[in-house]
Amino acid sequence: MNWALVFEQLLNGLQYGVTLFLMAAGLTLVFGIMNLVNLAHGSLYMVGAYLAVAATQWTGSYLAGLALGLVGTLLVGMAVEVIALRTLYERDHLDQVLATFGLILFFNELVAMIWGRAALFASGPAWLSGHIELFTGSRYPLYRLVIILIGFLTALILWYVVARTRLGMLIRAGASNRTMVAALGTNIRLLYTVVFGFGAALAGLAGILAGPIYNVQPGMGELILIQVFVVIVIGGIGSIRGALVGAIIVGVVDTLGRAFLKPLLGTLISLPAAESAGPALASMLIYLLMAVVLAVKPAGIFGSRN
Amino acid sequence: MINRTLLAGAIAVALAISAPAAAQQKVKIGFISTFSGPQGVMGQYMKESVELALDHLGRKMGGMEVEMFYGDDQFKTDAGVQVAEEMLKKNQVDFVSGIIWSNVMMAVVPIVTGSGHIMVGSNAGASPLAGSQCNELYFSTSWNNDQTPEAMGKFMQDQSINDVYVMAPNYQAGKDMIAGFKRYYKGRIVEETYTKMGQQDYQAEISQLQSKNPKAVFAFYPGGMGVQFLKQYDQAGLRGKLPLYTVYTVDEISIPAVKDSAVGIYETRYWSPDLKNPANLKFVTDYKKKYGKLPVFYGAQSYDSILLIDSAVRAVKGNLADTKGMVLAMRKANFDSLRGPFTYNVNHHPIQNFYLLKTEKLASGDIEMRIQKTIFEKYKDSYYQDCKMKW
Repeated sequence: MNWALVFEQLLNGLQYGVTLFLMAAGLTLVFGIMNLVNLAHGSLYMVGAYLAVAATQWTGSYLAGLALGLVGTLLVGMAVEVIALRTLYERDHLDQVLATFGLILFFNELVAMIWGRAALFASGPAWLSGHIELFTGSRYPLYRLVIILIGFLTALILWYVVARTRLGMLIRAGASNRTMVAALGTNIRLLYTVVFGFGAALAGLAGILAGPIYNVQPGMGELILIQVFVVIVIGGIGSIRGALVGAIIVGVVDTLGRAFLKPLLGTLISLPAAESAGPALASMLIYLLMAVVLAVKPAGIFGSRN
Repeated sequence: MINRTLLAGAIAVALAISAPAAAQQKVKIGFISTFSGPQGVMGQYMKESVELALDHLGRKMGGMEVEMFYGDDQFKTDAGVQVAEEMLKKNQVDFVSGIIWSNVMMAVVPIVTGSGHIMVGSNAGASPLAGSQCNELYFSTSWNNDQTPEAMGKFMQDQSINDVYVMAPNYQAGKDMIAGFKRYYKGRIVEETYTKMGQQDYQAEISQLQSKNPKAVFAFYPGGMGVQFLKQYDQAGLRGKLPLYTVYTVDEISIPAVKDSAVGIYETRYWSPDLKNPANLKFVTDYKKKYGKLPVFYGAQSYDSILLIDSAVRAVKGNLADTKGMVLAMRKANFDSLRGPFTYNVNHHPIQNFYLLKTEKLASGDIEMRIQKTIFEKYKDSYYQDCKMKW
C-alpha cells in the first residue's frame, strides 16, 4: 500500500466534503429551522458562481469578485425568500418541492439568457495556481488546500454564530418553537429572511470556490444537489454539526471508493469482474451508506427525534 | 360566449395559416437537437450552422421556400420521439435532420423512415445504423462513433507510445470509445478507468493516475465533463508534462471555457475550422461574422445535412414525392461539403479523412485547434460489411 497516495486521496475527500458542507449547512439550516424543502439551493450555488465570474471580470480582482459574489448571492437569496418562499412555510412539503423546482427552471433559464448556455471561463487567482509538495514527487494543487481551509474556517464561524451569539440563540429558539419566539416580540419573518439569505450566501460561497475547478454552466447546481441531500440525511436534518460530519464522511467515502475499491475488489475477485463492478459499486457507495445510516439511526447521526 | 369567441379565433388562425400554404409549396425540414439544459449549447451551435446554411442557399431549395421546424429532444429519448412524431404528423415535414445522441437517433430513425421520409443524421453515429440496421432512407453527414477513437488509436500505435492510461465515463459510448481505440492501439495499457457519468471532480482519479507513472493519457470526456477534466488535469500540473490525447473532449465549445488548459492537447477529427477548402473558408468566415465565435464540428456536419438535402431537392427538380430519386441523388454526395469532397459508403455513411488536431496558442493570443497530419485517408467505418443494402 502506498501511504502517500492514501493521504493524498484523503485530502481529495476532505476537499470534496468541505464543498458539500458549505452547501449542506445552508440547506440544513433552512430545512431544520424554517421547515422548508428548498430544491433551489443548487440554483443559489450557480448564482454565486456566475456572479463571482462576472464580478471578477468587471473588477479584474479575484477577491473583489469573491466579495461581490457573496453579497450578491445573499441579496438574491433574501429576495427569493421574500418574493417566493414566504407563502410556502405553512404549505406541505410537496407544494414546497414543486415551487422550488419551478425556481430551478427559472434560474437556469435566467442564467442562460444573461450569460448564454456555453460554459463560462472561470479561473482562480494566479497566486493560488501553484502546487505544494506533500511528499517527494507528490504535488498537490494549492487551490484545493485553500478550499479545505476556507471550509473549516466557515464551519468554525458558523458554530460560533449559532452557539454563542444572540442571533444564534434566536435561530435555535425559532427552530424549536416559532410561535413562542414571535410572542416574545421577535420579528420571526425578518429572522427567516436573514437565515435564508445566509444559507444562500454559503451556497454561493461553495459555487464561487467550485467555479475554477468545475464547470460554470446553467444547471451546474443540480449536479451537486443530490449528494448534498445525502449529506443532510446522513448528518441529521437541521444540525450544522451533522452537516459537517456527514459532508466529510460522504466526501471521503466517495473519494476513497473511487480510488481504491477497484484494486481492493481485484484482490478478492477476478480482475475483469473487478473492472466492471468497481466503478459501479463506487458510484453507489454513498447511497449504500445513507441506507445503512437510515436503518440504524433514522434521524441521522446528529438528528433529533422530533 | 367564450367558446364561440375561441372558435371564431381558431377558424381565423386556421385560415391565415392554410391560405399561403395552398398558394405555394415549401420544403419543410424538421431539425431535432438538444436546445435546453446543460447540453443545449451543442444544439445552439447546430441551429446556428443550419441557419447559416439556409442563408447561403438564399433560404430556398430548388426554387422553393424552406420552412424549418426545430424540435428539442431535451437529451431524452421519449422527448425526441415525441417531437419527431409531431413534425411528421402535424407539421408534415419532408425531411428530418439533426440529433446529437445515439439513443435518441436509434429511436427516431425507425419513426421517420417508417413513414417513408428521409432522415439525415447530423451527429450521432450509432454502430447498428452503420451495420445491420442500415436503412435506404437514413443518411449520415457525420461519422460512425468508433472512427474517431480508431484514428487516435492508429496514431498512438504508429508513434509507438507505450504505457497509456485510459479514462472514460462509465456508459455505453465510453466503452465503445475505448473499444474503438483498442482496435488499432496494441501497445501497453497501464490501466483503464471508468468514472461515473456526469462526474464533476476527477482529482481522485488524477491522483491514482499519477501513482501509476504512465507515459501518456487517452481520455473521452464529452461536454461539461471535458471542461472539468481539462481544468483539473491542468491544475494538477500534468498538462505539458504528461501528454493528453482525447476524443470529443476539446472542441470549439469547450476551449472558451478552459482557455489555456486546452493548449497542447491532441484530438482526432474529420473536420476542423482550419481545413483548407473554399466551402469551409466561407463557412468559417461567415460564421464568425454572424455569431462572433468559431464554429464547431457539430455545426459543420449540420450545415452539410442542409446542403445534402438541397442537393436532393434540386436533383428531383422540387418533386418532393420522388423519394427514390432523392435517395439516389443523396448517394452521390453532390454538394460542397465543409470537409471537402467525399463519397458515400454502401451504408450511407461518409468515406472520409481523419486528421490529428492539436490545440495551439496562436501569435494573436487566440487558442484554436490546428490540423497536424492526416491519419486516415478515405476511411470506411468498421461496420459497413454488416449492411445488406445494395446499390
